[in-house]
Amino acid sequence: MNAREPSARGATWLAALTHGAPLRSGFPPSVRVADAKLDRHAARYIAVVPDPANPYARARNGEVGLVEAWQIARAVRDVVDADRKRGEKRAIVAIVDVTSQAYGRFEEAYGIHQALAGAADAYAAARLEGHPVIGLIVGRAMSGAFLAHGYQANRLIALSDPQVTVHAMSKESAARVTQRTVAELEALTASIAPMAYDIESYASLGLLWKLLKLARPDAPTPADLYEVEQALIGAYEDIRHDASRSLAGRLSAGGRAASVRVREKLRAQWN
Amino acid sequence: MDAQDLLHRTSFIELGARSRARQLLDDGSFRELIDPFERIVSPWLARQGIVAQADDGVVVAKGTLGGQPAVVLAIEGAFQGGSMGEVSAAKIAGALELAAQDNRKGVPTRALIVFETGGVRLQEANLGLAGIAEIHAAIVDLRRYQPVVGIAAGTVGCYGGMSIAAGLCSYLIVTRETRIGLNGPAVIEQEAGVAEFDSRDRPLIWSLTGGEQRYRTGLADALVEDDVDQIRSEAINCFRKGRPPACRSECVSRFLHRLAQFDPAAQVTAEQVARIYGEGFEA
Repeated sequence: MNAREPSARGATWLAALTHGAPLRSGFPPSVRVADAKLDRHAARYIAVVPDPANPYARARNGEVGLVEAWQIARAVRDVVDADRKRGEKRAIVAIVDVTSQAYGRFEEAYGIHQALAGAADAYAAARLEGHPVIGLIVGRAMSGAFLAHGYQANRLIALSDPQVTVHAMSKESAARVTQRTVAELEALTASIAPMAYDIESYASLGLLWKLLKLARPDAPTPADLYEVEQALIGAYEDIRHDASRSLAGRLSAGGRAASVRVREKLRAQWN
Repeated sequence: MDAQDLLHRTSFIELGARSRARQLLDDGSFRELIDPFERIVSPWLARQGIVAQADDGVVVAKGTLGGQPAVVLAIEGAFQGGSMGEVSAAKIAGALELAAQDNRKGVPTRALIVFETGGVRLQEANLGLAGIAEIHAAIVDLRRYQPVVGIAAGTVGCYGGMSIAAGLCSYLIVTRETRIGLNGPAVIEQEAGVAEFDSRDRPLIWSLTGGEQRYRTGLADALVEDDVDQIRSEAINCFRKGRPPACRSECVSRFLHRLAQFDPAAQVTAEQVARIYGEGFEA
């Protein structure tokens, strides 16, 4: 699949996991929000999807643009506000298939960095309030778009599939910025796990709670859907039984020795 | 500013990260954590033929600021464009996490972040991105107890995932010389074409994303001269104000309201943004 071709995975998985629940009205076509059960628990599901008619020309292929980011923030904060006095905070599932942040002059001028901060803030606030937040990566999880939509989750789950990729920048841009050819960049990604574009290399860094191998990630079979639902339920229970609302769980899996060492040293020298 | 002022001021921008941190903290209170002699370097650069730096481009300094316990996190723009690798990002995130823990124990440690960064270090791509997500998480956590103040001063500017971090700060202090944006001009040009953004057109870049414009449009809280004393006293001032009623990143409905006021098909100008955003975002 071409890296620029719009992907239907976000929409497909949102519809499957919510069993066709109606989309919440009041959101633009590029932001799909639906409320449905996760096992016995109420949950909100959020996906960013391509919208060829998006009035923002740079956000038509599933990018997170100005409006998408602020609308994600609204979808999350509505749940946090509504549950403020409830004992059981609703789960929030970010279905992640985001091409990139929107690259445009307009976006920069109107502060897309601030918009993405709005979305990241909403997810982080929900997590700190005690909402179980789960990021389900079904396609691309690129850079700023992923920081805004999914990376603040208590737990990350990804599908093991060639189309699933987590990265900071497209290969072409990364090559330009680091003054390498695309071929040189690809040669390095083979031996440097954090530079690689495949999800298995990403999983080796210890950032995923679970990696799932499915039969048909583009058109899930009943068994595929069951497996993802079981993983979401497992993540939900795991979060509920964890006293911490932080992201510390991402450090313990062994793939980030320096991240752990730096924290140990800081703690030892802090006072 | 007149010539006399110019003679009396000390440039902040010309200082390296370590000196910036030292100048910001109260006299004699600077103490560096994981200093360069510990040589906690990037585990990823050497194997790509890139010389590592002993502090990985981030200075963590504890001390006092205006008499209160503080930690300064200063990014060194001269090393790999101030980019965030595994170690540099962990230094910032880890220090912010400890500051939040201090506050939970009753110690009112506050944090000041000096942004001078292109964002993720692409040679450590996914570990930089993961580290930045943890910086975001830590800012949102610490901000519940004390203001988190960001300073963007120098000409490297503040880009990528770290521009999002700047957007999460309780207060943001900027100079005219700096820029804040999500995507660097060269990357926009690469991804969307030179007609979308000409990375050599410096007046255009500064007019839309420079510090003065960010201040004028309410995306920064204070515009200061490139002067150590002025920047330090503005930082102290921000902490004295305490936590704002709402941080910019929390003003969701106001931003959506403003976004509905313009035509995304029209050509964008600095004046248009100032007119629409100049009305503010507070609920």
